Amino acid sequence: MIPLENVLLLSGILFSLSVAGIFINRKNVLLLLMCIELMLLAVNFNFIAFSQYLGDLSGQVFVFFILTVAAAESAIGLAILVVLFRERRSINVEDLDAMKG
Amino acid sequence: MLLAIVLAPLAAAIVTGLFGRWIGRTGAHTLTILGVATSFVLSARVLWDSLHGAPVFDGAVYTWLVSDGVRMEVGFLVDRLSALMMVVVTFVSLMVHVYTIGYMRDDPGYTRFFSYISLFTFAMLMLVMSNNFLQLFFGWEGVGLVSYLLIGFWYTRPSAIFASLKAFVVNRVGDFGFLLGIAGIVYLTGSLHYADVFGKAEGIAATTFELIPGSPWPAATVICICLFVGAMGKSAQVPLHVWLPDSMEGPTPISALIHAATMVTAGIFMVARMSPLFEQSETALSFMLVIGATTALFMGFLGIVNNDIKRVIAYSTLSQLGYMTVALGASAYAGAIFHLMTHAFFKALLFLAAGSVIMAMHHEQDMRNMGGLKKYMPITYWTALIGSLALIGFPGFAGFFSKDALIEAVHESSVAGARYAYFCVMAGVFVTAFYSFRLMFMTFHGQERMDDHTKQHLHESPWVVTLPLVLLAIPSVAIGWPDIGPLLFGGYFQGAITVAPGHDVLGRLGEEFHGPAQFVLHGLTGPAVWLAAAGVLAAWYLYLKRPELATKLRERAGGLYTLLANKYYFDAFNEKVIAAGARGLGNALWRGGDVAVIDGAAVNGSARLVGWLAGVARQLQSGYLYHYAFATIIGLSALLAWLLW
Repeated sequence: MIPLENVLLLSGILFSLSVAGIFINRKNVLLLLMCIELMLLAVNFNFIAFSQYLGDLSGQVFVFFILTVAAAESAIGLAILVVLFRERRSINVEDLDAMKG
Repeated sequence: MLLAIVLAPLAAAIVTGLFGRWIGRTGAHTLTILGVATSFVLSARVLWDSLHGAPVFDGAVYTWLVSDGVRMEVGFLVDRLSALMMVVVTFVSLMVHVYTIGYMRDDPGYTRFFSYISLFTFAMLMLVMSNNFLQLFFGWEGVGLVSYLLIGFWYTRPSAIFASLKAFVVNRVGDFGFLLGIAGIVYLTGSLHYADVFGKAEGIAATTFELIPGSPWPAATVICICLFVGAMGKSAQVPLHVWLPDSMEGPTPISALIHAATMVTAGIFMVARMSPLFEQSETALSFMLVIGATTALFMGFLGIVNNDIKRVIAYSTLSQLGYMTVALGASAYAGAIFHLMTHAFFKALLFLAAGSVIMAMHHEQDMRNMGGLKKYMPITYWTALIGSLALIGFPGFAGFFSKDALIEAVHESSVAGARYAYFCVMAGVFVTAFYSFRLMFMTFHGQERMDDHTKQHLHESPWVVTLPLVLLAIPSVAIGWPDIGPLLFGGYFQGAITVAPGHDVLGRLGEEFHGPAQFVLHGLTGPAVWLAAAGVLAAWYLYLKRPELATKLRERAGGLYTLLANKYYFDAFNEKVIAAGARGLGNALWRGGDVAVIDGAAVNGSARLVGWLAGVARQLQSGYLYHYAFATIIGLSALLAWLLW
């Protein structure tokens, strides 16, 4: 039986990695999407750990929802990415500053 | 029935005003005359009833709103005072309606004119029949509005526009005082209703206002003087008289109706109506006495130097209004109302006669271009002569009774300023006679000074013009005989007018009154009649016998003549100091207050501030996703930290 702290620590490390990935990555939108997926997985880890710890199955049911939403989200994200690439011929994050005030 | 009296002219005014195009000229005058005639007949009926012991009617017809216990309603108070006023107003109005058919025959604004005068009749009736201050004020403003519309009736003339605006603005000054007076009354008594307020008159007299901290003023004095300022505006007393002579820019029928017979007497009526209040303040009475006396004498002087036939009569009106105010100041309220009534008849008569002359002269108003009209216009001449005789107080004519009684009342009065007033009204008698007969002689006698073209067309006016003249001449001669006894000394106004025992000058006169004939004989021994005769003689000598002497006299009295010709520089003062000062103040406020502070600092300033803030804030929007995400995470961490600790 893996203690709860270890799992939480792992998910914390995963989350921090993904956040760092979003901040530090300046080149590729594809990487941004992957980081977001990783972030969601870190959260899923938390859910499963607590579900096990508290003996409550609904936590694990929720994970399925999140996985579904994450799949749908990455599908849309990739579709946007394709359109973006057609428009701009680039998926460089530095170039995406259309909202600059 | 009371409602019908008020509403008949209103309905006629609305129909002619809005649908004048469809009902045509004949329809317009038929309808309005019918409306006013209905009012007159019903008013006469009301007067008849009240003479035969009908009880005083005092009741509300409609409650407009109740606010904090103050009821604002439309209501009528019909006692003998208002019944008398109603008959006078509707009678003169009816005469003027008929006369207008002739006078305005060729005017394009025919139906509009009828609509206005009917509307005026409505407003005036609302004023006199009111049983509360709010409705009084409504009527007061209503007649002011119609007066404005009618002075500026010929709106293409710049002088008419100027005069109407002047009348309106000067009246606002008076109305401001009036409104303050009403506000003071509501403040002290919490009621707008006459009966309630008069019931608390003693209470008002006992309280004081501290307008300037440290010097208490009796509330009654403050309120009465405020109310009287309103009357000064409407009844054209010095120094708010300046609008009345200029109002002669309007058509003559309305000069007769509004600016001589009825509207300008609204102030007199109002003070008489408020007699229970005014009796509480000796100071206010003195104030009225002095103002009235000054108006009576000094406005008479102006009548002497004017050459415009209507303006001479206008100054005469001012002077006669001064007489009435003097009577009010001497607590001879009944005398003032009596003079108001006789004056309404003979002054309307004089104005209509002047209008008849002006018609014949093709709208020439300068008396220097008239003369010798007697043989061309006999009816106008004789009726004008009757009017003038009544005005100067020729024994036996209506004006004699009212004016003589009034002078005697002032003589009896012991209010401060009564001696000055007595001197002024006495001298006024001479002046009145002088300018009245100067007008008669210059217009109807002597050489014919008009040009040949006008002369060929001279003829008597049509019957619609002469009939009102004759009908008005009858009361001008005869109304004094039957009325002086009951009106002044017989307690006709019992219950409507209150006089404190100490001020009861008419009561003292009444002890010596033994019928009108005796009064005439007594008048012959007094100085007033002889002063009037001297005035007529002087006018005759200067303007008929030795016309060149008048010119010579004018040159000799250079400075005095200039002073009079410039109307004591009242107009100049108003224009140079008050109007220019107001314009200067307005200009300063516009530049300093509006442009600099409001536009510059408040409006444009706040816009600039917002713009600057937005300029700073937009620097935060970099457009890079990772900046926003970073800000989100920082915010989240801060929130978490705050929640956990």
